[in-house]
Amino acid sequence: MNAEVTAAPVVAETVPEKKEFWRWQENVWIDETKDWKTAKIVTCGIDVGSVSSQAVLVVDGELYGFNSMRTGNNSPDSATNALQGVMDKCGMKLEDIHYVVGTGYGRVNVPFAHKAITEIACHARGANYMGGNGVRTILDMGGQDCKAIHCDEKGKVTNFLMNDKCAAGTGRGMEVISDLMQIPIAELGPRSFDVDVEPAAVSSVCVVFAKSEALGLLKAGYTKNKVIAAYCQAMAERVVSLLERIGVEEGFFITGGIAKNPGVVKRIEKILGIKAMETKVDSQIAGALGAALFGYTLMSKKAAAA
Amino acid sequence: MIANYGYKDGSGEYYISIDTDKCIDCAAGRACLTACPKQMFEIITDDYDDEVAWIKKPNCRTLSYDCADCKPSGGYTSLPCMTACTPGAIKHSW
Repeated sequence: MNAEVTAAPVVAETVPEKKEFWRWQENVWIDETKDWKTAKIVTCGIDVGSVSSQAVLVVDGELYGFNSMRTGNNSPDSATNALQGVMDKCGMKLEDIHYVVGTGYGRVNVPFAHKAITEIACHARGANYMGGNGVRTILDMGGQDCKAIHCDEKGKVTNFLMNDKCAAGTGRGMEVISDLMQIPIAELGPRSFDVDVEPAAVSSVCVVFAKSEALGLLKAGYTKNKVIAAYCQAMAERVVSLLERIGVEEGFFITGGIAKNPGVVKRIEKILGIKAMETKVDSQIAGALGAALFGYTLMSKKAAAA
Repeated sequence: MIANYGYKDGSGEYYISIDTDKCIDCAAGRACLTACPKQMFEIITDDYDDEVAWIKKPNCRTLSYDCADCKPSGGYTSLPCMTACTPGAIKHSW
């Protein structure tokens, strides 16, 4: 009997979908109660950070709209895309904006900016707008650096300290842990409180070693939530040591993406014994907002002199 | 404004602090620029349009190595930058 030769079944080569647990939510927002067409001065602040980019529109000195998105591998494109996103939302064109200020890591690469200002001054100015003139100490937990800033009642910087050498205490560090734990980044904070006993902080200050240490803790029987709690505590201790160097005054405000992570924020508050000021505005736009406000001040002075 | 340039790592805290209010109208004729053997200081216009000294960006991440030669083990009894800055605007944290 001739055996019927059958072809081996074709097994489709499937590539498992890679979930991006670290991916945070991008936002576009416009204040529908305002009309930019009736405004005298329209300014824009563009914050091109190492991880996220924001474009903020300010009309007559008031926040009008913003776009917050992930920074690509090209700063000019990131700046353009961020601005285009918010302009599309309100039907604005670049020529309708009177002044553009660039800030952040890629501030010198914003092609349409009239001026570049450091993110330190811009975060102080933005926090002053968001939290009021009682803001004195600002902690900016950025994507790849961390800044402690003191400012006066006008939002002018009086003392600052920046750590851009080490990723510990930054958003990027949290993204690494999010991917390692395979838990969406927005859930890390709430889940860090879901533990029976608060664990000791992971001892490594370096993100790479902290990742190894987290793996070791999982193998030792820690739950994911307990590891996240240990990492949030380590991050809080790390940034508090930075803050303590310049001192912490009442009127404490946190900006940057990590401000949205209650697991870190609550632990910082507990260590410092101070409650951070709350705001309804997205904490991630503080730098771009400050830049747009600087632009407004400059344009107002020009208009007054004319 | 007190501007702190440097970093903290596992081996310690390495910051150079510059009090820009003392730096704006420098009474020492910007002596820090030439006093530093590594020429780490530079005059810039800051965000508030004041001309002040700062530490060049690449040096901010290598201070513990860059400043090592000027520390007592390098044969100096006082730091050249601090000695040159007669208004007292410059301070080291380590």
